[in-house]
Amino acid sequence: MVQHSSGVRPVIYAEGLVKRFGQVTALSGVSLAADPGTVLGLLGPNGAGKTTAVRILTTLLIPDAGHAEVAGFDVVRHPQEVRERIGLAGQQASVDEYLTGRDNLVMVGRLYHLPSRQARSRADELLARFGLEDAAGRLVKTYSGGMRRRLDLAASLVAAPPVLLLDEPTTGLDPRSRTDMWTVIEGLVRDGTTLLLTTQYLEEADRLADHIAVVDHGRVVAAGSPDTLKKSIGGERIDVAVPDPKDMAVVRAAIARAVGREPDLDLELNRLTVPVEAGVRDLTAVVRELDQAGIVVEDIGLRRPTLDEVFMTLTGHEGPGSGQTEEVS
Amino acid sequence: MASLASEPRSRPFITRLGWAVSDSWTVVRRHLTHIRYMPDKLLDVTIQPIMFVVLFAYVFGSAIKVPGGNYRSFLMPGIYAQNMMFASMPIMAALVQDMQRGVIDRFRSLPMSRAAVLVGHAGASFIESMLGLVIMLLCGLFIGWRPELGVGSTLGGIGLLMLFAFAMTSVGTFLGLIVKSVEAAQSFGFIVMFPLTFIANTFVPTAGMPVWLRTVANWNPVSAVVQAVRTLFGNLPPGSHGGPTWTLAHPVLSTLIFACLLIAVFMPLAVWRFRRMLLE
Repeated sequence: MVQHSSGVRPVIYAEGLVKRFGQVTALSGVSLAADPGTVLGLLGPNGAGKTTAVRILTTLLIPDAGHAEVAGFDVVRHPQEVRERIGLAGQQASVDEYLTGRDNLVMVGRLYHLPSRQARSRADELLARFGLEDAAGRLVKTYSGGMRRRLDLAASLVAAPPVLLLDEPTTGLDPRSRTDMWTVIEGLVRDGTTLLLTTQYLEEADRLADHIAVVDHGRVVAAGSPDTLKKSIGGERIDVAVPDPKDMAVVRAAIARAVGREPDLDLELNRLTVPVEAGVRDLTAVVRELDQAGIVVEDIGLRRPTLDEVFMTLTGHEGPGSGQTEEVS
Repeated sequence: MASLASEPRSRPFITRLGWAVSDSWTVVRRHLTHIRYMPDKLLDVTIQPIMFVVLFAYVFGSAIKVPGGNYRSFLMPGIYAQNMMFASMPIMAALVQDMQRGVIDRFRSLPMSRAAVLVGHAGASFIESMLGLVIMLLCGLFIGWRPELGVGSTLGGIGLLMLFAFAMTSVGTFLGLIVKSVEAAQSFGFIVMFPLTFIANTFVPTAGMPVWLRTVANWNPVSAVVQAVRTLFGNLPPGSHGGPTWTLAHPVLSTLIFACLLIAVFMPLAVWRFRRMLLE
């Protein structure tokens, strides 16, 4: 499963991680690798084992079996060395509500053993960078969800660690704060940080990650670049939007004649979708058949599969980000 | 890959010790800063005990007779001991909250000293309890309580209270790591701490209690602590030296044993529980 370019030593590396909690197997043999300066996305639904993997890589948890290295050090044998080189921002913004934003960052700086003056100047630098200077002297209790997450992320950056692990950094954020967060994360990667990011959002993985490992039921069910993953489930898709449900049967037959395969129906959108091998040639054939059948469709298009479809194909259930409700756990 | 993993430079012991101390202090200072921003955090160790003093010294106390003695002198050592019992509460609440909010995980992911996480919390909680003790002693002096036996014995009494507070802090450290919610921590206060402090000689002499309850009260270790404090401050009513149980007959010794036992049991348990977080 793990793909790494020849010769480069992965900054985050895991092989065969197994972790059980009583009867529950959280991880059953997870292998991962992230090359220096890249973003590895762990994509999976709630309970897939993403957080457990992050907890092992950040030395919070010892695996039952398997081996992991971060920044060149074994996470079980040399946790202290690993901790000096990582930053972690967890699922919940683990900042202290009864301290000010600045207090939080200074405290973390001191715990990374920065001299006091340096801890203070680093705190101010990060507060400015994350747009929190106006709120720096306020208790975190008064911060919005987005501000807390930014502060939490800032806290993980205090020691300018070469490796950053972000566990669902945008879960529960409104769309605006989410986009802000993405911009911040992209900036970090530009500066050369190696990043592991877990997410339930396909869109997020698609936008941020160089490599994606799709995790389900404690295993990596697929890994590769977003493009490779999309290609791996084959070709392109033709979508046909049918305005009048009465025409559905006729359109369906026309598509089947044109490409030799039955399309899937999306009832909610009144849309038929069919995977095709020959791209534009197939599209032309569909248009011709529809024309002959005398049907006017609302929209017709050729596109690459979405990560949602990749996820569906790989795991047999719907993509984690496609549900209406957002779970914040 | 495994064979390529780097070997760390080992750091001298003195560096690690220095970090343990400075990291603990950083965590202590965090809690002290909380108090600066939220002085109401101190209500538990200030207003609440003062209300107890008023309630007992002036309300209930007006009807309680201590044979041959002064009720306020009798009461204050009980109040002191009760407050030290409650030294287990602030750390419990702080730990439960920090666990829930992921603050403990953040600490554990930092290169800070492992010991400092617990030592810092416990230290801050202990300081808070000591602040409460000072306020209570001043309050006692204000309403007419006096230590009667000279400087050495008085300091002994204060030292014993401090030791007991420390013991209860280690109990609270362990409980804070196993209790899952703030509500559970609070109900511990009501379900365990209140009976323990009330079914004792803390506020009234046990002589008037029904036999079965008196037996419980006399053996209650809290009674021994209160008796020890009264002994060292010279506040025992005449004729109540000694007692029906070994613990009341040797109150200072049994308090020392009790406190050391709590420390010896709960401190290792807390460390064990903290380490086990690596597995679950």
